[in-house]
Amino acid sequence: MTQTKAPREQSAQQRAADVREGAEQWMLAYRLMLRIRFFEEQVNDLYRTARMPGLAHLYSGEEAVAVGVCQALRPDDYITSTHRGHGHCLAKGASIDRMFAELLGKEPGYCRGKGGSMHIADQETGNLGANAIVGGSAGIATGAAFSSKMLGTGQVAVCFFGDGALGQGVLYEVMNMASLWKLPILYVCENNLYNEYTHNAETTAGSMLARAQAFNIEAEEIDGQDVRLVYATAQRLVERARRGDGPGFLLANTYRFHGHHVGDIQRTYYRSKEEEEYWKAERDPITILGNWLLEEHVADAAQLERIRSEAQEEVTAGVEFGLNAPFPEISEVTEHVYA
Amino acid sequence: MSTPSVVSSQSSQAGTGQMREVTLGQAIRETLAEELRRDPTVFIMGEDVAEAGTPFKVLSGLVEEFGPQRIIDSPISEAGISGLGVGAAMTGMRPIIDIMFGDFIGLAMDQIVNQAAKVHYMSGGKLRVPLVIRTTLGATRRTAAQHSQSLHAWVSHIPGLKVALPSTPYDAKGLLKTAIRDDNPVIFFEDKMMYQLKGQVPDDDYTIPFGVADVKRAGTDITLVATSSMVQIALAAAEQLAELDISAEVVDPRTTTPLDKETLIASAQKTSRAIVIDEGYERYGVTAELAAVIADGAFYYLDAPVKRLGAMDVPVPFSPVLEDQTVPTAEAVTQLAKTLCGRV
Ligand SMILES: Cc1ncc(C[n+]2csc(CCOP(=O)(O)OP(=O)(O)O)c2C)c(N)n1
Ligand SMILES: [Mg+2]
Repeated sequence: MTQTKAPREQSAQQRAADVREGAEQWMLAYRLMLRIRFFEEQVNDLYRTARMPGLAHLYSGEEAVAVGVCQALRPDDYITSTHRGHGHCLAKGASIDRMFAELLGKEPGYCRGKGGSMHIADQETGNLGANAIVGGSAGIATGAAFSSKMLGTGQVAVCFFGDGALGQGVLYEVMNMASLWKLPILYVCENNLYNEYTHNAETTAGSMLARAQAFNIEAEEIDGQDVRLVYATAQRLVERARRGDGPGFLLANTYRFHGHHVGDIQRTYYRSKEEEEYWKAERDPITILGNWLLEEHVADAAQLERIRSEAQEEVTAGVEFGLNAPFPEISEVTEHVYA
Repeated sequence: MSTPSVVSSQSSQAGTGQMREVTLGQAIRETLAEELRRDPTVFIMGEDVAEAGTPFKVLSGLVEEFGPQRIIDSPISEAGISGLGVGAAMTGMRPIIDIMFGDFIGLAMDQIVNQAAKVHYMSGGKLRVPLVIRTTLGATRRTAAQHSQSLHAWVSHIPGLKVALPSTPYDAKGLLKTAIRDDNPVIFFEDKMMYQLKGQVPDDDYTIPFGVADVKRAGTDITLVATSSMVQIALAAAEQLAELDISAEVVDPRTTTPLDKETLIASAQKTSRAIVIDEGYERYGVTAELAAVIADGAFYYLDAPVKRLGAMDVPVPFSPVLEDQTVPTAEAVTQLAKTLCGRV
């Protein structure tokens, strides 16, 4: 199923030029992916030490999808996200501090503690919200694309969802409309092989890509562990959508390194340790980009190490901020029911 | 839960067999197993119901005994599985559809409300829909607005649907058997926080008829009508009230449709005061209907207006400090009961 494809065929000189030109962007991608990884490891630690209320669905292993796609977006472009949404929020520019505050139910959190892990929204970065209903944001993202077209703002909407959302009918209703009306939207299906604790081979018949193609939506399947490829493909589909040439569908093959949520520890009954080890050892998007940066002499090991420790420090500072932040006033419970 | 579970005091228990202690989750699982064994037309379909046994592990072990033909992992398609359940029920099967969180019935509402509920009536009584939809309710799990609601009022509102709300392992078992054997669509709500609640169940096969309330604790000064998750809250309040020499009677309707109006009214007539407690949103909720039934039926016996305690009319917030404000507590029930009894 996973097909690896170079962004484009290039001559040696062209490639060298591209590497130089892209160096800054790929170094940033490396930093952003590490930021997400360390953020998620910290969340897991908060859970294991019983310092976080509820559960969280970790994005570790899937970082290249969020980072590659969001690098192809303008700051004012919209995204909608899922229950596994921390990576999307961070990639679109959310602050680590306020994310941790939200996960801990604190007042400075993005939603004043009302949303928690599964509902982070951040208008300033175009994030219309994570969603705890599988497929729940398909309509919202399509509506945002509709606004953009009506208002002529040139914004594109990206709808992130998991392979499990292919089971939801609303997705097909809105993809049909998006194609009919050439809405500026990119549907990004993060195929991590599982719907919770069930392999998608047991839940999903036929071709995933053909679902979009049936609506005449420009669809591409890619290796979601290669951030450069994710970026290049998303860039093409986003710009196409922005021009008014209609929606795109990006099927990114990826893998979650942890359980479905932080409490999903015993999982050998639905996926093997070997499979997990393979993806972690061979298909880690951060390692893949790191190796490329070294091979192409964009960075040396010391530089990468520095980025790593800086990202770790940001996360450590962020969690401290969240832990020390106050809870909201109890009176807030009845605020914001109506606008 | 702080209070010990109370074995149903008024239900008749068939057989003479032994009683055993099980959790509410175990009671559900063994009931399903017994009915799957008894009736080959029964099957279970839902998300992660087979090997995973649902996120709450309530169905663990069923697929091992009954196989994947009868314990069926579905795509994440609540509308689809509910609709398929309606059709299968109309044509000879007894489907049990699992909707993981009660919040997700929103996705299946057309199938439940416009299809399942109306088929028998619209066909002039010719077609039947022996369908069970099992789902959950209850907040305080810190899972925020889309995984914490108690939406049983929605379906209680619809003619053609029956709605069961067990509050003990004993009730869960007897009501689920009745639900599966009933020829009508039944929406069966389980409180997520109550799966570990322990209680006695008999070894023998038994059923609990729908529309028969259960007095969980007898009393004389005030009636606490409570459903599902709120029964334990009412029992805890009754304990607190006993310390103050107020004798509270706790009545659990067990099904909202059909509703045992007589038992509710008789209890309020006896005690002359009533509070209705339910975890659904208070506004236009189950508490409103039950309070109206009591106010109407016991009007001349009442010494105080019938009062209601439901979930606060806000989306369930994530932050624990906020979420804990939204659900009725034993303390709130006790406080209100004291006021009604003139003991401020
Ligand atoms: C409508 C709906 N049904 C069921 C669920 C419970 N649930 C939460 S996540 C999940 C699996 C989602 O799988 P996928 O879309 O592939 O996302 P992943 O978790 O793999 O990132 C399920 C079934 C839900 N949140 N919403
Ligand atoms: Mg998935």
